[in-house]
Amino acid sequence: MIDIINLSKGFNGHKVLDGVSLTIRDGETMVIIGRSGGGKTVLLRHIIGLLQPDEGQVIVDGQEISRMEPGELARIRLKFGMLFQGAALFDSLTVGENVAFSLREHTDMKENQIWARVSDCLGRVGLKGIEHLKPAELSGGMRKRVGLARALAMQPRVVLYDEPTTGVDPIGADAINLLIKQLHDQLRVTGIAVTHDMVSAYKIADRIAMLHEGKIIQVGTPEEIRYTSNSLVKQFILGISNISEQN
Amino acid sequence: MPPPKMVGQNLVGSVGEWSLTFFSYLGGCSVLLWQTFSGFFTLPWRRWVLGHVARDRKWDGVLEQMEKIGVSSLPLVFLTSLFTGMVLALQTAYQLQKISAGLYIGSLVALSMTRELGPVLTALVIAGRVGAAITAELGTMRVTEQIDALQTLSTDPVRYLAVPRMLALIVMLPLLTLYADLVGILGGYLVGVYKLGMGSTLYMNMTWDALRFKDVFTGLFKAGVFAAIISTIACYEGFETAGGAEGVGRSTTCMMTGWKDGPRASVPWAQCPCPLSRDATRLLEVFG
Repeated sequence: MIDIINLSKGFNGHKVLDGVSLTIRDGETMVIIGRSGGGKTVLLRHIIGLLQPDEGQVIVDGQEISRMEPGELARIRLKFGMLFQGAALFDSLTVGENVAFSLREHTDMKENQIWARVSDCLGRVGLKGIEHLKPAELSGGMRKRVGLARALAMQPRVVLYDEPTTGVDPIGADAINLLIKQLHDQLRVTGIAVTHDMVSAYKIADRIAMLHEGKIIQVGTPEEIRYTSNSLVKQFILGISNISEQN
Repeated sequence: MPPPKMVGQNLVGSVGEWSLTFFSYLGGCSVLLWQTFSGFFTLPWRRWVLGHVARDRKWDGVLEQMEKIGVSSLPLVFLTSLFTGMVLALQTAYQLQKISAGLYIGSLVALSMTRELGPVLTALVIAGRVGAAITAELGTMRVTEQIDALQTLSTDPVRYLAVPRMLALIVMLPLLTLYADLVGILGGYLVGVYKLGMGSTLYMNMTWDALRFKDVFTGLFKAGVFAAIISTIACYEGFETAGGAEGVGRSTTCMMTGWKDGPRASVPWAQCPCPLSRDATRLLEVFG
């Protein structure tokens, strides 16, 4: 279970997160929605310990990670996988080496076992047989899917997705949604996704949280969010720039 | 209307602020240097002693950097030191021959190259060629979230990125310096023998008679220290890069020269993200 308690973070005097509290249960997929620049990625980065909060706590399985020693934090991070918005693949390595990175660094697996796992992970994202290519040779959508394969290589218990379907074509986006759903349904992987894509959000979410001006303004199931009475949430999910004109 | 600030107050404030940022920059570099040295112990030395270098991936990074830093720099170091040795011999010959001491050109070239010019010029070449490349590479990794990705994959960026680079530099810079010393002496020899008409044996005897082990060792020790400084500053600037492609450019320039072209190019360090340079600029403004 991941508990975010009263989390606040500011940059250059501007408060991005202002007392965020949220609980993510084991095995559920939580989707965080909100406008660009609203602090969704900042929240995700706190969950994996890439940022330190100004105030508040992030507790993973009873351990507070926000003020953990680097060595201990590295051990906790082995439970996590993260898909970055721009994929963040290592340019100097091939696709196969990118996916194999954690396996080589943190396991005693033999080369043939590593390559079998790499092939399996790439197969899951629909990119089998591209192990030898360099990230520069891939399209944006392919890079994202390789990033997802890398995040899954260590078979993590929690996967963080930063805009998983942005920049991916509709069919590729649906494949990613299906994969997130499969991970949830078959392996009970906990997922935390940040997205603007409401089609994706409704498809993958067990619960959806709306982040607005540094605060969580509503948490609920996709159905509750779809039929919400909260005007700010309604405005976001319907994509209306001025809600008063619509009413 | 608020009361005007006194000039002294401004000056003290700026000196204080400059001191704080100077020591925080120095502190950041020192911490990185310490972390990198500590990281040396995480390398599989035992396997290296047993001759299993090529079979351990952790050594691959070091060997790759040695190739990039050392082997690829040979032509540039060759040219720089050959001409330095030649020019040194040619220019000093005019003066030494006036006092009938032309005989000592070989000794002068050998001592100058091994003690000072070899280490300093090689370090300058490597700082320009390799240091800037390290900053640009790590800076790009920072702005494209690759360093964050390393962290999420439970890998320490200092151990993975800085340790192989520093180790490779500490090994390769003294070796390149030794190479520069020899090529510089060769340059002096070519001028001394073929232009100034000295005997080949005499020139070589004067060279070897003047050289002591201490002279060569001092030069190589300096090269080792320069290697640690270059790699620390290059990695620090790379890790601290912010602001996309423009930030990478700024960090690279700042690592090498502390100079940025642009509207404020009249003041060295202007627009440089390095706090040391930025505050030096501010201090200059205060002093007028």
